[in-house]
Amino acid sequence: MTATVTPAPPSPTTTPGPTPPTGTGTGVLRALTRHRGRLVVACAAVALFLCSLFLGTGDWPASLSVDLSGPLGHASDWIIDNRDGHPLFLYFLGHVSNIVVVSVRAVYLVLLALGWAGVTTAAALVAWRVAGVRLALTSLAAFAVCGLLGMWVPTMQTLALMVVAVAASVLLGGLLGLAAGLSDRMHRILRPVLDTMQVLPAFAYLLPVVLVFGIGVPAAVLATVVYAAPPMARLTALGLRDADAGVVEAATSLGATGRQRLLTARLPLARKELLLGVNQSIMMALGMAVIASVIGAGGLGDRVYQALASVDVGAALAAGVPIVLLAVVLDRVTAAAGERIGETPAGRSGLGWAVAAVATAAVALAGRLSDRLSWPDGWTLDIAEPVNKAVDWMTAHLYSGVPVVGGTADWAGRFTTWVLNPLRDGLQWLPWWAVLLTIGVLALLIGTWRTAATAVLAMAAIGVLGVWDPALDTLSQVLAAVAVTLLLGFALGVAAARSTRLGHALRPVLDVFQTMPQFVYLIPVVALFGVGRAPAVAAAVVYALPAVVRITAQGVRAVDAAALESSRSMGATGRQQLFQVQLPLARPALLLAVNQGVVLVLAVVVIGGLVGGGALGYDAVFGLAQGDLATGLVAGAAIVCLGLVLDRVTQPTRRHDLAGKGA
Amino acid sequence: MARTRRTPLAALAAATAVALTALTGCGAADMTRQASPYADAKGSRTVTLSVQSWVGAQANVAVAQYLLEHELGYRVDTVQIDEVPAWDALSQGRVDAILEDWGHPEQEKRYVEDKATIARGGDLGVTGHIGWFVPTYFAEEHPDVTDWKNLNKYADQFRTAESGGKGQLLDGSPSYVTNDKALVKNLDLDYQVVFAGSEAAQITQIRQFAKEKKPFLSYWYKPQWLFEKVPMTEVKLPAYEEGCDADPQKVACAYPHTPLQKFLNARFASRGGDAAAFLKKFRWTTEMQNDVALMIAEEKLSPQEAAGRWAKENEATWRSWLPS
Repeated sequence: MTATVTPAPPSPTTTPGPTPPTGTGTGVLRALTRHRGRLVVACAAVALFLCSLFLGTGDWPASLSVDLSGPLGHASDWIIDNRDGHPLFLYFLGHVSNIVVVSVRAVYLVLLALGWAGVTTAAALVAWRVAGVRLALTSLAAFAVCGLLGMWVPTMQTLALMVVAVAASVLLGGLLGLAAGLSDRMHRILRPVLDTMQVLPAFAYLLPVVLVFGIGVPAAVLATVVYAAPPMARLTALGLRDADAGVVEAATSLGATGRQRLLTARLPLARKELLLGVNQSIMMALGMAVIASVIGAGGLGDRVYQALASVDVGAALAAGVPIVLLAVVLDRVTAAAGERIGETPAGRSGLGWAVAAVATAAVALAGRLSDRLSWPDGWTLDIAEPVNKAVDWMTAHLYSGVPVVGGTADWAGRFTTWVLNPLRDGLQWLPWWAVLLTIGVLALLIGTWRTAATAVLAMAAIGVLGVWDPALDTLSQVLAAVAVTLLLGFALGVAAARSTRLGHALRPVLDVFQTMPQFVYLIPVVALFGVGRAPAVAAAVVYALPAVVRITAQGVRAVDAAALESSRSMGATGRQQLFQVQLPLARPALLLAVNQGVVLVLAVVVIGGLVGGGALGYDAVFGLAQGDLATGLVAGAAIVCLGLVLDRVTQPTRRHDLAGKGA
Repeated sequence: MARTRRTPLAALAAATAVALTALTGCGAADMTRQASPYADAKGSRTVTLSVQSWVGAQANVAVAQYLLEHELGYRVDTVQIDEVPAWDALSQGRVDAILEDWGHPEQEKRYVEDKATIARGGDLGVTGHIGWFVPTYFAEEHPDVTDWKNLNKYADQFRTAESGGKGQLLDGSPSYVTNDKALVKNLDLDYQVVFAGSEAAQITQIRQFAKEKKPFLSYWYKPQWLFEKVPMTEVKLPAYEEGCDADPQKVACAYPHTPLQKFLNARFASRGGDAAAFLKKFRWTTEMQNDVALMIAEEKLSPQEAAGRWAKENEATWRSWLPS
């Protein structure tokens, strides 16, 4: 499967930022850094030692922080008081909101009019035209399962919302990407904006969006667009920037104007990236489907959310499975479309599409005439009960009292006492300047002065926002979760790379983990690990593991066969091959895995807040639940800052990037 | 270069703005009147109800929905929202009614009194009460635990990995009204408040404790179906007096008993016809609500099945709610 690496909500770093060839300045810079490294560490160690002699409180000094609750409170009051009368709302935002409602409604009515038979046929035929018979059968089965689970109408609601949200994301992302692809200045301006859009936890901006648009579909669509547009923008910019210089040059020499060059040379050359961008936007949008249900998006997400209220894992799963299936089908179809570009001869494909359209119309008409538009009530399968029984059995038998190894609750308790508590207390005990110093030194060792400055400033911003303590609590959870993820992920990834069979067996499992809405496993993790930070860590591991496994496996597998062969001919054992050839050669992939692990774990901090993780995740949820803009936004901003710090401290490849850009 | 490129972008922006205006008919858009795009798909009259995350609220909505659909011929949409955003949605007309409100004085002042976009819908008939609870099996063994003055004696037994060296006071969803942090401090208790973060997590944890007969202390509320499954006894806190919880920093008393309220969107209340009249008259008892809640949460019936079963057995009750 081509899209194996991509369905992970791409972080600012997976979606390829341009990595220009190493500039001339880099060599010197790198040499400098390397020599400077030890010196810096030594200085820092001495400084830390000296400072620890007069240990004060670890807290960020109150005099250096800013309380934003006043201004943010005023902002939210202003919106509420002016929402019904101010021209900004009457003549702009109101129309935006109306257009969203009208579009979603139009798509929804079309889907309903096609009926289940029409929609299923259309999906299968499109998949057949784009990606062949196998995918056609897959999508046929996927839609049938959505119906069988009794989720037909919610699936159509979600689909309608997705169509509109993805279209808007592609449009907006495409425009931003166009701007960034054509102008260097726009590119520089947009990068941090896109980073923030992706790292900011959705929960933090749900509230402002709700304040402006109110509960419901418009707010949900707009929140989804904020989340799903960045990959499209990045990939569009990448495609335009990477367009073959020779072709563009040729077009110029033929006297093409800027617009002609863009339309006839650069955009067509970027088709692959553009389609990958669409694919990524779809995956991100589906990731938001459930979170958006918190603000009344309806559809499948709402079913998951309501099932949780009655602590019904089975029902939540029944609504979660269609989301996974939609994701798999849409992902593979768009990925296949991207690969097939330029393959199909143009003449034949037109006929095929016509046949597909006629067939769909015929089936839809037949459905309408026989009055079978809605999914037949009798054709449903109840999976809720068996699933609940399985979950009950699991928690009853694994929770505690398992001989020798102890139950999951015991593990959770030990993990909390021996790993999470010391880590948190240690971080909070450290004086604030020592934390800044440590981060600066780490970032300097791995990156440049610039990355170090960014990391330190981001951390300081957390202090200024007045959430130093909870941020360090969150940091300790993230670090612990990343450690566990990497441990498991590297082991599984290496195993999958070395055994094709295991690799194949893991693939669907990873697919499910990656696309299953996180709300579904909220109850099982609590049932297994109790309330607290341990289940939060468990949820984060489940979410981040697939990406780490995939990147590791791909990296190890991609190791040059010749190098492996030569080591084998020299009599290296399997173990030696792994540790002395494969792993060292796969280092860049492993580093990327580390970075992805960090970013994805951070993305689940809010879910951690829902199972007792406390700290920033809880604050973000609290902000939304209590309509408290200050608490929610500040927590969100602090999570973004943590993301920046961790990214800078774990992303050594950034050095080339930055140096290259400077050159 | 950059300057020449900005022109098409600006033109595009202008064109979008023009298109936006043209598409929507130039006029002012009314943010207060927007329905869900999924509503009225078959041309029927629709009522939108907000559901809060606890099962009691689901029970109210389920029964109201069942009767609106089967007796009055409406189509009902439900939206799950937290309490405070639900007020906001109600004032904007995104939802037509909240059937169970636990008291939000600030919102009441803003929307009911100042802006008059929300109208009172009367009592639900159920009285809510928040408190601290220990499992009855533990209270029977240690009767004195039910007085807050003795809580420190038991702190050790309530300890978990999460609460560190102190006893654990389990709190729930961030949307709930709670003074627990202040209470622990002001009553000088050797406890750590641990927030489960969601009601689902809290219920799951309580049931795990109960399965093992472990002691626990938890923030919880009545009416709640979980009492039928895990019997719990309330811990007595210093008695509630009017205004003793006015200052969130100094509060040192129990939570009040709150007659739960209904609220309707003001426009809906005056022009909502039968549906509005019905929702105003809707009034039942704690036991009735618990019956339905248990069917949903324990027997895993869908809310509509549960409501249907209840309606079949209690016709005398709901007949009087229907507009004559």
